[in-house]
Amino acid sequence: MNLPNSVTEIIQGLENGTFSSQELTKAYLNRIDNLDPEINSFITVCHERALLDAKNADRSRSNGSANKLTGVPYANKDIFCTKGVRTTSGSKMLDTFISPYDATIVERLGSQGMVMLGKTNMDEFAMGSSNETSFYGQVNNPWNTNCVPGGSSGGSAAAVSAGFTPVATGSDTGGSIRQPAAFCGISGLKPTYGRVSRYGMIAFASSLDQAGPMGRSVEDLAHLLSPMAGYDPKDSTSSMVKTEDYSGNLEDALKGKTIGLPKEYFSTSLDRQVEGVIEEAIKEFEKLGANIVEISLPTTSLSIPAYYVISSAECSSNLSRYDGVRYGHRCELPIDIEDLYKRTRSEGFGEEVKRRLLTGTYVLSSGYYDAYYRKAQQIRRLIKDDFANAFTQVDAVISPTAPTTAFETGKHLDNPVEMYLGDCFTVASNLAGLPALSIPAGFVGGMPVGLQLIGSYFQESKLLTLGHMFQKSTGWHQHFSRDDSEGTQ
Amino acid sequence: MSWEIVIGLEVHAQLATSSKIFSGSSTEYGAKANTQASAVDLALPGVLPVLNKRVLDLAIMLGLAIDGEIASESIFSRKNYFYPDSPKGYQISQYDKPIISKGQLKFVNNGEEKMINITRAHLEEDAGKSLHGEFERSTAIDLNRSGTPLLEIVSEPELRSAQDAVLYLKELHCLVRTLGICDGNMQEGSFRCDANVSVRKAEDPELGTRTEVKNLNSFRFVEKAINYEAARQIGVIEEGGVIKQETRLYDPEKNETRTMRSKEDAHDYRYFPDPDLLPITITAEHIARIAKDLPETPWNKRLRYLKDYGVSSEDAEILANSPETSVYFEACMRKSTLSPKLVANWIIGELSALINKSSVTISKSPIVPERLVSVLKRIEDETISGKTAKHLLGLMWDSSSSADQIIADEGLGQVSDNELLEKVISQTLTNFPSQVEEYKAGKLKILGFLVGHVMKQTKGKANPAMVKALMEKNLRQSK
Repeated sequence: MNLPNSVTEIIQGLENGTFSSQELTKAYLNRIDNLDPEINSFITVCHERALLDAKNADRSRSNGSANKLTGVPYANKDIFCTKGVRTTSGSKMLDTFISPYDATIVERLGSQGMVMLGKTNMDEFAMGSSNETSFYGQVNNPWNTNCVPGGSSGGSAAAVSAGFTPVATGSDTGGSIRQPAAFCGISGLKPTYGRVSRYGMIAFASSLDQAGPMGRSVEDLAHLLSPMAGYDPKDSTSSMVKTEDYSGNLEDALKGKTIGLPKEYFSTSLDRQVEGVIEEAIKEFEKLGANIVEISLPTTSLSIPAYYVISSAECSSNLSRYDGVRYGHRCELPIDIEDLYKRTRSEGFGEEVKRRLLTGTYVLSSGYYDAYYRKAQQIRRLIKDDFANAFTQVDAVISPTAPTTAFETGKHLDNPVEMYLGDCFTVASNLAGLPALSIPAGFVGGMPVGLQLIGSYFQESKLLTLGHMFQKSTGWHQHFSRDDSEGTQ
Repeated sequence: MSWEIVIGLEVHAQLATSSKIFSGSSTEYGAKANTQASAVDLALPGVLPVLNKRVLDLAIMLGLAIDGEIASESIFSRKNYFYPDSPKGYQISQYDKPIISKGQLKFVNNGEEKMINITRAHLEEDAGKSLHGEFERSTAIDLNRSGTPLLEIVSEPELRSAQDAVLYLKELHCLVRTLGICDGNMQEGSFRCDANVSVRKAEDPELGTRTEVKNLNSFRFVEKAINYEAARQIGVIEEGGVIKQETRLYDPEKNETRTMRSKEDAHDYRYFPDPDLLPITITAEHIARIAKDLPETPWNKRLRYLKDYGVSSEDAEILANSPETSVYFEACMRKSTLSPKLVANWIIGELSALINKSSVTISKSPIVPERLVSVLKRIEDETISGKTAKHLLGLMWDSSSSADQIIADEGLGQVSDNELLEKVISQTLTNFPSQVEEYKAGKLKILGFLVGHVMKQTKGKANPAMVKALMEKNLRQSK
């Protein structure tokens, strides 16, 4: 069958009986089986469970008890705990871990009747910007398999881009939804910190981690965000601010909207051709009636160091639970408890994770805490203030999502700091807790370019409207890396 | 130059909540291993802590009772260290912003009132238990206790003897039990104590190097361990040695302390604010709400008993120190106009004896306050003697009949009918003329014999004081 191009199309097709959820689910599973070996976007594919869920969804449709999203297939990043299904976080450490419980968002999407196709590949414990740190192997970019898909939600991005799933969940600690969305030519939203529950999302850096939707269009993001968002009593940091009807408020004129252009973001590290694409996109927003003004975010250059200090500090503590005592990897025949810890953790964690654990342990150590962790927190406050100041003048801030398009696999493997610098446009919104959207804005050398829009707290609807109106007038999101009918039999 | 002992105490009081501090699991003691450990307690990937708000109320109660500062904002921090019974690899505790600081606790040693400053009291979670010897070559882990709420109460190093330390500890123990924030059960580990001990020459302004002594799970061990440790330190210094800062374990079997870990092995706990939990905010309204129903502290209760009831300070202490006993005593006083001293005597004496013989507590005693009061009233109106009352209480313990019913049924009422007594007395004087003569000759002790005879004649039901008085009157008249 010809796969539908959007969740909106799927909802219509299921409602009209053009296809059943079982037919659709089968087609996606076939496509994964046939085409994913080249991409490696899934760690676990849940054939039986997906078909069973689809069957139940079809039954709900026929007896009238279906929700809007009942029967719509989706994929979960392997960072979300799924009951009865292996949940690895891309690590050898959790290779054998079958979660006994569902993450809150998994439960919420499941209760909508959505069909989980499987668990997508990711950088180990979400630490990486290229999906090369996964224990389950690198993911290849569907637009050019010699290139990385970005990370850490590279599996979700590649799977959506290649048409293995209409939508997927991702998580974003420093750009992990937006940068792979940009590299794979899809849309991705990192909501406001606290908008989506973190319960059951395997922690990397608790004060920065935020789950969000990934899909081919802003409209599809809105479909997925609605059930994901909202207060969860199991997550003390989740917000009680009321959610909005994200898909109902997409259409709005951009006239009178002001978009800020931070001068610090258009620096020497930005690829000239990528800059050109963004300049075209800015003209498009002006054409749609938006007012573009130059703004200043003076702390921009401090965000990368502050981010790597804070995220490493938090992960060094968050990952202490992987000790081989209760679950997950455990070394063979430990001679004592010290040996158990040392060998379990040496064997279970990959290089990048170890690098961050060591960095994080160092910056929290007595005598270094003030110079690193405390200072980074002070910078974080300044970054927040910068944005708060900007949002007194503008509705959103515009920038490239990443300074380059997807780079070749292996390019930055020997130089982690070079890799980290690629996060220069994305980490600030995590440090400030702001929502940020990445949407396709064009191509450079056949590879997609992402455009980022950062909004003020809980202004997801405003961002989605900006993104949707842009997509309606440009159509950059309708360029697909794979033919719709390929491999569905 | 004499030695001075300097002691500071760290007390871990388990807060009396039914569920854990960051999960919904039960805190009940003694369940089968790992049956009270949820996903959060097991530290599964992805789980998050949610604060049990009840612990704030209990901490505020202590803060009010010790006249401490209750922080309007305090934060939970992570204390990072690897240990098999610490499932997250860190303990959630409080570091630079504890919920309570700057309190005081008063106690009396040998009639001298002392006041000790309490540096801080902070909330934290308990660890699980490592069980050695259950399995060959392996350690078993029980996470039932993991996440049990604790309030760590830290004193300034102002205690100057093992005896002071014990009295401070007993006062604190009594306080947390009276407030109802901790059950105080030391055997089950609900109330644990570590002692920081150092010694110095009395005139030395500097504190000596301290050691931390752990595993003090009874008042007696606290006293013995501190005395042992202080003597050990003095011995080391007098032989020209120096004290090493270290953690020492008390061994009650051998009555000695041994090195557990030295300062060099001390962890760098890498404390930082826990990003999974929001700062704790406490409003003035919240504090006022708790203050409204705050139980009276044992200290104030004792003062009130002395002032309002005029009982002895020993009795005031016994009555006030046990929350159950003081509730009982006050119920008796509310229900009667009896002499407080009489009530106190009988609660502390006979009733306690009966309670100690059985295994109930005073709050579960079959002799409820009304029943004790009815017995004491019959003593006061001289229906029965004290001796009979003891007997009566014993009967009442196993019976549901009222005191008056038993007095009537058993014929326990004492004879206070003057006419009847006069008759027996005059008969006695007639029957024992030589004894009467001896009395008149100045051998006053013989009176006891004569009174005894009357008591025998009345089968003990006469009021001895009355018999004595009447007898003396008769003897004077027959001069």
